[in-house]
Amino acid sequence: MNLAEGLMNKDKRAAARLITMIESNDSEAISILSMLYKHTGRAHVIGITGPPGAGKSTLTDKLAKEIRKNGKTVGIIAVDPTSPFTGGSILGDRVRMTDLYTDSGVFIRSMGTRGHLGGLSKATLGAVKVLDIYGFDYIFIETVGVGQSEVDIVKAADTVLMVMVPGLGDDIQAIKAGIMEIGDLFAINKSDREGADRTKVEIEMMLDFNHSDWRPPVLQVVATENKGVDQLLEMLHKHRSYLENSGMLIKKRRKNSETEIIDLIQNSLMKRVIGDGNQLEIHKMAEAVALRQLDPYTASDKLIKKMINL
Amino acid sequence: MFEKGKLEQLKKSKSDWNEGKVEKTLSKFPERKQQFVTGSNEKVDRLYSPEEVGDLDYERDLGFPGEYPFTRGVQPTMYRGKFWTMRQYAGFATAEESNKRYKYLLEQGQTGLSVAFDLPTQIGYDSDHQLSEGEVGKVGVAIDSLKDMEILFDGIPLDKVSTSMTINAPASVLLAMYIAVGEKQGVSSDQLRGTIQNDILKEYIARGTYIFPTAPSMRLITDIFEFCSKDVPNWNTISISGYHIREAGSSAIQEVAFTLANGIAYVEAAVKAGLDVDTFAPRLSFFFNAHNDLLEEVAKFRAARRLWAKIMKERFDAKSPKSMQLKFHTQTGGSTLTAQQPENNIVRVAIQTLAAVLGGTQSLHTNSKDEALALPTEDSVRVALRTQQIVAHESGVAETIDPLAGSYYVESLTNSIEAGAMAYIEKIDLLGGAPEAIEKGYIQKEIMDSSYEYQKQVESNERIVVGMNKFQIKEEAPKGLLRVDPTVGELQKQKIRNIKAERNNTVVEEKLAKLKVAAEGTENLMPYIIDAVKEYATLGEICGVLREVFGEYQQSVIL
Amino acid sequence: MARPIRVLVAKPGLDGHDRGAKVIARALRDAGMEVIYTGLRQTPEQIVQAAIQEDVDVVALSILSGAHNHLLPKVVDLLKSEEVYDDMLVIGGGVIPDEDIQGLKESGLAGIFTPGTPTQVTIDFIKENLKREL
Repeated sequence: MNLAEGLMNKDKRAAARLITMIESNDSEAISILSMLYKHTGRAHVIGITGPPGAGKSTLTDKLAKEIRKNGKTVGIIAVDPTSPFTGGSILGDRVRMTDLYTDSGVFIRSMGTRGHLGGLSKATLGAVKVLDIYGFDYIFIETVGVGQSEVDIVKAADTVLMVMVPGLGDDIQAIKAGIMEIGDLFAINKSDREGADRTKVEIEMMLDFNHSDWRPPVLQVVATENKGVDQLLEMLHKHRSYLENSGMLIKKRRKNSETEIIDLIQNSLMKRVIGDGNQLEIHKMAEAVALRQLDPYTASDKLIKKMINL
Repeated sequence: MFEKGKLEQLKKSKSDWNEGKVEKTLSKFPERKQQFVTGSNEKVDRLYSPEEVGDLDYERDLGFPGEYPFTRGVQPTMYRGKFWTMRQYAGFATAEESNKRYKYLLEQGQTGLSVAFDLPTQIGYDSDHQLSEGEVGKVGVAIDSLKDMEILFDGIPLDKVSTSMTINAPASVLLAMYIAVGEKQGVSSDQLRGTIQNDILKEYIARGTYIFPTAPSMRLITDIFEFCSKDVPNWNTISISGYHIREAGSSAIQEVAFTLANGIAYVEAAVKAGLDVDTFAPRLSFFFNAHNDLLEEVAKFRAARRLWAKIMKERFDAKSPKSMQLKFHTQTGGSTLTAQQPENNIVRVAIQTLAAVLGGTQSLHTNSKDEALALPTEDSVRVALRTQQIVAHESGVAETIDPLAGSYYVESLTNSIEAGAMAYIEKIDLLGGAPEAIEKGYIQKEIMDSSYEYQKQVESNERIVVGMNKFQIKEEAPKGLLRVDPTVGELQKQKIRNIKAERNNTVVEEKLAKLKVAAEGTENLMPYIIDAVKEYATLGEICGVLREVFGEYQQSVIL
Repeated sequence: MARPIRVLVAKPGLDGHDRGAKVIARALRDAGMEVIYTGLRQTPEQIVQAAIQEDVDVVALSILSGAHNHLLPKVVDLLKSEEVYDDMLVIGGGVIPDEDIQGLKESGLAGIFTPGTPTQVTIDFIKENLKREL
C-alpha cells in the first residue's frame, strides 16, 4: 500500500497505519507528513477537555452526529492514560460512539498517552495532521481528562471546549487556575440535574476576569438526550468565524507552530544526546557523578558539546 | 446473649489457648497458609467463639421465623410446611420445543416453570431483525408475538402453575402476552401466579440486556407495580437480582449490597410515582446466587433478609410485615462450574443446593453439569433436579428451621456481611443512589476489581479450582451436547410473515399509535401494551415504538 | 523501544456477559498492551471498522451467546475483504464447544480460548503469533 497516495485518496487503512507509524516515530511516516503538510490547516480542530465523568465522549458522539446531518465529515482522536507501571492501557472512549463505527464519514482513533504528560500523547499532533490531510472537515481531540495539567490541548486545537457538570462546586474553584483560561467554550453537560444553573453562574463569574474580545459562551446541554447539542455546534462555528475574522486564527497557529518547532528540536536533540550511542557514556558519567569525581553540570555540558559540535 | 463477666473470662481462656496450645502446635506443624479467606476473600479466623458474637441479642438480631427481622426465615414453618419450589430455568429454540420440555419437567415433579428467552426477545428485536441473525432460539425460546406465547403454554393451565419469566427490558410486553394467554384459557388475571425479573438496574450493571435509558425504564417498572397491584395481585412484579452481579465476579458482600441498593432505587421510584409502599412492596422478590463457600453463602442469605427488613421498616416506613420480608429465588452459581471434568459440577451444585436450603430460599434452580459447555441436555437437567430432591428428602436439613443459627462462625459472618453491605449502601447513597452510581461506573468497577482479583488468585494457584488448576486429567472432548437446530431462525421468520398476513394490520397500527401517544405522556402503559399484543403486534414492533419515544441506553464502561 | 501491541477486544452478538472480555482486557493491559474496548452488541461490520481505524495487531472476540459459528467467521471474512486480515491476528473466547473449534480455526480464527484458560496462555499466544512486526 502506498501510504501517501492512500491517504490522499481517503483510504482509512492508510490513515490508520500512518498514525501507528507516527506513534512509533517512524521516519517514513514523518517524511510523508512533511511532504503532504501543505494539505493541512483546513479542518476545524476542536479540543474537548474536562474532568473525568463529565461525558466528553458522549458529547463528542452527539456533536459528530449533528455534524454528519450536514454531510460534513469528522475525525476523532480519543486519548486515554497509559499505565506508567506496565506500559499498557485500556482505551474505552469508543464505547460511547458505537453508532459511528460504520459511518464512512467518521474516523475514530484511540491513543494511549505512552508516558507523555499534558493530556495528550506525543503523537497526537501528528495524528491530527494525518486526519487533516485525509480531508476531515472537523477533527475532535478528546483529552485524557484527569484534571489540572491538560494544557497541551491549546497547542493542538483551534477551539477548546471545556465540558463541565453541575455540582462540581469546590472543584471549579480548584481548577480555575490555569485550566479555566484555556476554554473557548463551556458546555455544562447533564444540565437536567440540580445545580446546573448555579454552575453556570459560577463559571460566568470566573469569566468576568476575562477581557479578551471573545467572551467564552457557557451552554447548558444534556448529551445523552441530545439537548443543546445543535446550539453548541453553532457556537463552535461562531468561534471559528471569530478566529478567522479577527486574525486570531493565524496568530494562534503561528504561536502553535513555534511551540511545535521548538518541541521537535528538543526531541530530536534529546534523541541525539541521550540516544543509544551515548547510553554507555552517560552510564559511566553517572557513576563518576555519584562518586563525586565529576559534577552533573560539567557532565551534561560535555555530552551536548560532543554531539552538536559547539 | 452472653454475660459480660463470662465473656471476659472466655476472652482470657481463648488467648491462653492461642498462646499456649496453638503456638506449640504451630511451631511444629505450621498451618496450610498464612491467611485463610472465604470464597469472597474475607478473612477467616482459626476459631469462632461467643467472643466474636458477644453483642448478639437473640430477639433483636435473629427473632423467630416469620417475624421481624426475619433473619431465620420468612415463614413460620418454612420447609416443614412445604419444600421450596423446585424451578428449573429452561427454554430453547421454538415455543413448540420449549413447551415439550416444560411438560417433561412438570411430569418429573417440578413445581414451577421458569422461562428462558432468547437474546433477541430479551432485547426487544423480532427474529427477523438484522441483529437477531444467528441468535434466534440460542439461549432460550424465541417469542415474537402472542402466537408464540400461546404455543409455549399450550396444554399447561395457567391457574395451576406458577411461572417465572427471565425478562427485563421488555417485561411489560411478555407479561401482557401471559395475561392474554390466560384470558384465552379462561383464566382471569387475578388467578395468575408467577414472577417477571423486570430488574433493569442489574442489566446495566452486569447482564447487559437493556434497551431503554434509566428514566423511562424505571417508569415501565413502576407502571407494572401499579398495574399488578390492582389487576394481577398474585404476581411478583420484580425479581431484584444479585445472581448476575455475582456471576460478573462480585463478592458475597457486594452481591447483597448492590442488589439491595437496586431494591432501594425501585422502592424510591415507586413511592415517588405516588404508590403506597405497602401496596407494592409485598410483591417484590429477590434472586440470589449460591456459590461453593457453604457457610458464607448461608450467612449471606440471612444477612440479606435482616438488612432488607430493616431498610423497609426504618427507611421506607413500611407497616405491613409482608413488605419487610425478603423472599428470594436462588440459582446455583454458573461461574463456579468448570468445563474440565464436568461430572465434578454435580458435587458443586449439591453443596450450593445445601447453601440455598440452609439459607432459607423460597425457590431454587440447580445448574446442570454441562452448562459451562452448552445448554444442558435432558439427562443432565434431571440429575440437577434430583440433587434438589435428595437434599429435600434425604439430607435432613429441611426438617428444622435455620439449623445453622447460633453457630458462632455463621452468626459472625452474618453480622460482617450485613455491615459490609450497609457500608456499600451508604456509599451509594452518597453518590446519589444506585442509578447514579451505575452511571458513574462505580458499581461496575467494584465488581470488576473483585473479579480480576479472583482471576489472579486462580492463575497463581492461590485459589484451587479442582480439575481446572489442580488435579487435572487428560480429557476427551465431551460429546452429546445439546445443539439448537440452526433452522430455528428461518422457522421464526416464517411465523412472523404468517402473523403479519393473518392479523388485522390496520388495528395493529392503530394500537401502536395509541401506545406511542401514551408513551410520550405519563399514563400507565400496561393497558396499551396488552391491547397491542392481543392484536398480534410483535414484540419488536412494540419495543420499536418505545425505542422511538424513549431512545436507547448507553453503556458506561469503566475498566 | 518497540511500540505496544494493540488489541481490539470486542463482543459480537447480543449477550451481555462481559466478565470474560473485561478480565482479558485488564490482563492484556497489565501485560503492557494497548487494549481498545468496544462494548456490547457489536456487529461484525462495526468490529471490522474499529479494527481498521485503530490499526490493531489483534482482534479478540468474546462471545457467549452460542452464535459463534455465525458471527466469528463473518468478522474474518470482512477483514479479508477489507484486505487487513493478513496483518491482524484474530482470536476468540467464550463458551464454545470443542467440536466447533476446528471449524472456527479453518475459517480463519488463529486461536479459541474456552472457560478456564489462564489469561497468561492468551497473552503468550498473542506474543508468539503476531502477524506483523512491532
